[in-house]
Amino acid sequence: MPDKKERIDIHKYLAEFEDIPGTRVFTAQRARKGYHLNQFAMSLMKDENRQRFLADEKAYLDEWDLTDAAKKAVLARDYNGMIDEGGNIYFLSKLFSTDRKSFQFAAGSMTGMTQEEYAEMMLKGGRSPEGQRSIKGKY
Amino acid sequence: MARVTTGITSSHIPALGAALETGNWNNEYWGPVFEGYQPIKDWIARPENTPDVVVLVYNDHATAFDMNIIPTFAIGCAEKFEPADEGWGPRPVPDVIGHPDLAWHMAQSLILDDFDMCIMNDMKVDHGCTVPLSMIFGEPEAWPCKVIPFPVNVVTYPPPSGRRCFNLGDSIKAAVESFPEDLNVHVWGTGGMSHQLQGPRAGLINKDFDLNFIEQLIDDPETLSKMPHIQYLRESGSEGIELVMWLIMRGALGDKVKDLYRFYHIPASNTALGALILQPEATAGEALEPRSVMSGHSLAA
Ligand SMILES: [Fe+2]
Repeated sequence: MPDKKERIDIHKYLAEFEDIPGTRVFTAQRARKGYHLNQFAMSLMKDENRQRFLADEKAYLDEWDLTDAAKKAVLARDYNGMIDEGGNIYFLSKLFSTDRKSFQFAAGSMTGMTQEEYAEMMLKGGRSPEGQRSIKGKY
Repeated sequence: MARVTTGITSSHIPALGAALETGNWNNEYWGPVFEGYQPIKDWIARPENTPDVVVLVYNDHATAFDMNIIPTFAIGCAEKFEPADEGWGPRPVPDVIGHPDLAWHMAQSLILDDFDMCIMNDMKVDHGCTVPLSMIFGEPEAWPCKVIPFPVNVVTYPPPSGRRCFNLGDSIKAAVESFPEDLNVHVWGTGGMSHQLQGPRAGLINKDFDLNFIEQLIDDPETLSKMPHIQYLRESGSEGIELVMWLIMRGALGDKVKDLYRFYHIPASNTALGALILQPEATAGEALEPRSVMSGHSLAA
């Protein structure tokens, strides 16, 4: 038998993702949880659906098998809340594009900063990685 | 015989497309970015440098692939690919015209080389594919070459490892070189550089990481390809993982490369932007003058 290849320990691989400050990696677990929320967002790639959604957001959301928390987060455009419900930013981009908002707007909205503060931070070179790499390691 | 003559890397962020479409490309914010791309545009417009075909490695951003289908590596084998409606209406750019003969040949060759490709015949392309074309070819009536869209999953975890991407590049090289027609083929790796679009850590930029990544991509991709995902995530932000796609480009160029041009800029919207022209050393052309350009906040200490 040839030498076995080196394998990645899947449990260790996944556990390390939880050690990154302020970040939720789109793992299979999150993808499962957010399935309907993400598919709802995808539906906004069709103009007729965007119009129907904007005309009556609640009624449109009721057509989807969403948790109450997910519905509330969508209505409030709470992107952190949507990600907690398994949303992924690239799927959710269909929602903020429907609102005529940019990736910078959506990303900024998740940081607790105002849009102006966030834009200013980016112009000054962005968020430093110092102390932002690891919760346990504090580096 | 077809040859991979050139590797190019480029950002593919939608804001660049928006800057073009709203006429803001030469304002104070976007001007330096478009200036940094100008030498690439001029270089590629020279007939000897214009590719016949670009193999355009990018990630689909929940556009052609929703949660129902998540291929790790896919290849567009169709005659043409229309720009997708990502919520704003489709980008007003030409259709992407494929090269089905080469694409199908590559698909077969890659599968025989142990890469289980997903073959796409009906696919719309998103900003990941069309923004690099706009940045490098400008706003023509039709793109000046054929394009084989090559989507890689970097959205749903796990994406492919850097190692696997690097090896895939090597197999792409072999696939291209076994195609009998005489074609100038480019492989473009798009996305990156450091950026994070989600959560309280959004806005992360890591200039040291990015500049080291570029150096190592050129000189020691073998070592770079062993970097685990967690390191991309910690150092370059959650969306910095797109950089694994640059290793596919690099793998297609062989052992030694010459860097003809490097451009690095901070910030482009939420991201740090990197654009490179690389060629296999044995057949490399003249470097551009200047060979390296930095702009924006990347110039700060
Ligand atoms: Fe991207």
